[in-house]
Amino acid sequence: MFTNFKRVLHFALTDLARNKGISIANIFILVVTISLFTMLFFMHGLSNEIIYQMQNKINITAYFKSDTSEQDILLAKEQILKQTNDIKSIQYVSKEDAADIFLEKYKNNDAFTDALAEVGDNPFLPSLNITTTGEPQQYEKVNIILQSEQFSDLIDQVDYPQKKNIIEKVFSITSTVNKFGIGLAVLFILISIMVVFNTIKLAIDSSKNEISTMRIVGASSWFVRAPFIIQGVIFGLISFIVCFFITMILIFFLSSKLQVTLAGFSLWHYLLSNIFVIILIQFGFGILLGGIASFVVVQKYLKV
Amino acid sequence: MIKFENVTKIYEPDMPALQDVSFEVKEGEFVSIVGKSGAGKTTLIRLILGLEKPTSGSIFFNGKNINGMNSTELQSTRRKIGAIYQDYKLLPTKTVYENVAYIMEIEGKADEEIATNVPKVLEAIGLVNKLNNFPHELSGGEQQRLAVARALVNFPDIIIADEPTGNLDPYNSYEVVSLLSKINKTGKTIILSTHDREIINKLGKRVITIEDGKIIRDDVKGRFII
Ligand SMILES: Nc1ncnc2c1ncn2[C@@H]1O[C@H](COP(=O)(O)OP(=O)(O)OP(=O)(O)O)[C@@H](O)[C@H]1O
Ligand SMILES: [Mg+2]
Repeated sequence: MFTNFKRVLHFALTDLARNKGISIANIFILVVTISLFTMLFFMHGLSNEIIYQMQNKINITAYFKSDTSEQDILLAKEQILKQTNDIKSIQYVSKEDAADIFLEKYKNNDAFTDALAEVGDNPFLPSLNITTTGEPQQYEKVNIILQSEQFSDLIDQVDYPQKKNIIEKVFSITSTVNKFGIGLAVLFILISIMVVFNTIKLAIDSSKNEISTMRIVGASSWFVRAPFIIQGVIFGLISFIVCFFITMILIFFLSSKLQVTLAGFSLWHYLLSNIFVIILIQFGFGILLGGIASFVVVQKYLKV
Repeated sequence: MIKFENVTKIYEPDMPALQDVSFEVKEGEFVSIVGKSGAGKTTLIRLILGLEKPTSGSIFFNGKNINGMNSTELQSTRRKIGAIYQDYKLLPTKTVYENVAYIMEIEGKADEEIATNVPKVLEAIGLVNKLNNFPHELSGGEQQRLAVARALVNFPDIIIADEPTGNLDPYNSYEVVSLLSKINKTGKTIILSTHDREIINKLGKRVITIEDGKIIRDDVKGRFII
């Protein structure tokens, strides 16, 4: 058993050394494929981040009547939270806070600040800012609670009708992006599997006669197959190592350059926090694709 | 040891390569198969090794129907036979040494045994100075001798040789045939296909003559008669 393993390993390594050109071509194709997968993974992380940020920016606001006490509003907040678990965050903004926010926002625009001063009294209404955990329907449900009888004495108005459109638009964009992403990933995976299979097939095709000769002199299936599979796995292993270093180096340099463009998303951070997933993807794809492709291709020529 | 029972092999319709062939080769026999080019000698040998399936009839190796064997049994039968193919069937990406060693490696022979036997058999066949050459770097006759060395290295109980002297000069032909005779004297079975009249007449052993896929003669102490 051990002798056999030692022998097929020796065959695999000897062949590798004798066919350097083909070996390098196979490794190159695998490197390209694994890099594509890795890129896809980063794109997935980036688009998730963008979707997350976009959805976080959406909220609906319930404006309370001017004279509602803070106590009543906080009580209402508790009641709202009790009636639904769709809410991710609910934030109380007092009249004073609202004025401060306004002033901060327009501090360089005299027309607005002057206008506010003119009014004299604080014209802002206290409010609750609500963000839900996901779907657009959740905003509708929260809106129904807010508009219900129980709060009609307190709540002046809810801005849901004005925001309805934009909420739906954002969610339709994110779901399109998600679907497109999945489609693209599936397409990439299919194409690269086909490319790797074909490359390995071309390499093994040239050994077609040799495989049948090995069968003719009495070699068992595994004795013939194993060296090719070992070679495929070695191609995968080398490609994994190459890709891993390319990824580390590339992301390290790109990360700081692209951080501004990518809305604060740090590629380097993403890489570090997902390092095991990335290793698994690169290692798994390399070795499985290399090994399985070799197995399948040799299988065809074993029937002698 | 080997038995053909009413074997017919048809590659193309109405052009049978072998027709209703029956014969038996006993252990320790030296049987020559002669016949014109295209008579069906190679077909007969390929059938024994399970490389072709008979259209009808059965072939037995040590009492077992070759056609009924699964892949594992067939491979183990092939390992028991030292076969020399007309087209050599060498491994092009392996050196002379590795080609011969491969046969021992698939048998699971020990490394030390391989290291002593391979050079010995290559010495006997006159290729010891070409150990590290690849088959394409050898002359036709050298390739043929490598094919012979490969068939001998495991000391198989039966050697089946399809025109093993086709590419050899008279001297080397004589060497190969006397090697086969010597092996036969140790009790091993030999099946030899050839067109070489002189070899057959000198051997004075059993000769099966085929013509157009049919056995037309089977003589115990045969001569080359076509
Ligand atoms: N794979 C094949 N497909 C079709 N016909 C074949 C095939 N192999 C052999 N034949 C035919 O079968 C017949 C016998 O061929 P075979 O190779 O057995 O002859 P042979 O006696 O070995 O001849 P030679 O002395 O030239 O080697 C020939 O007519 C040949 O054309
Ligand atoms: Mg022939």
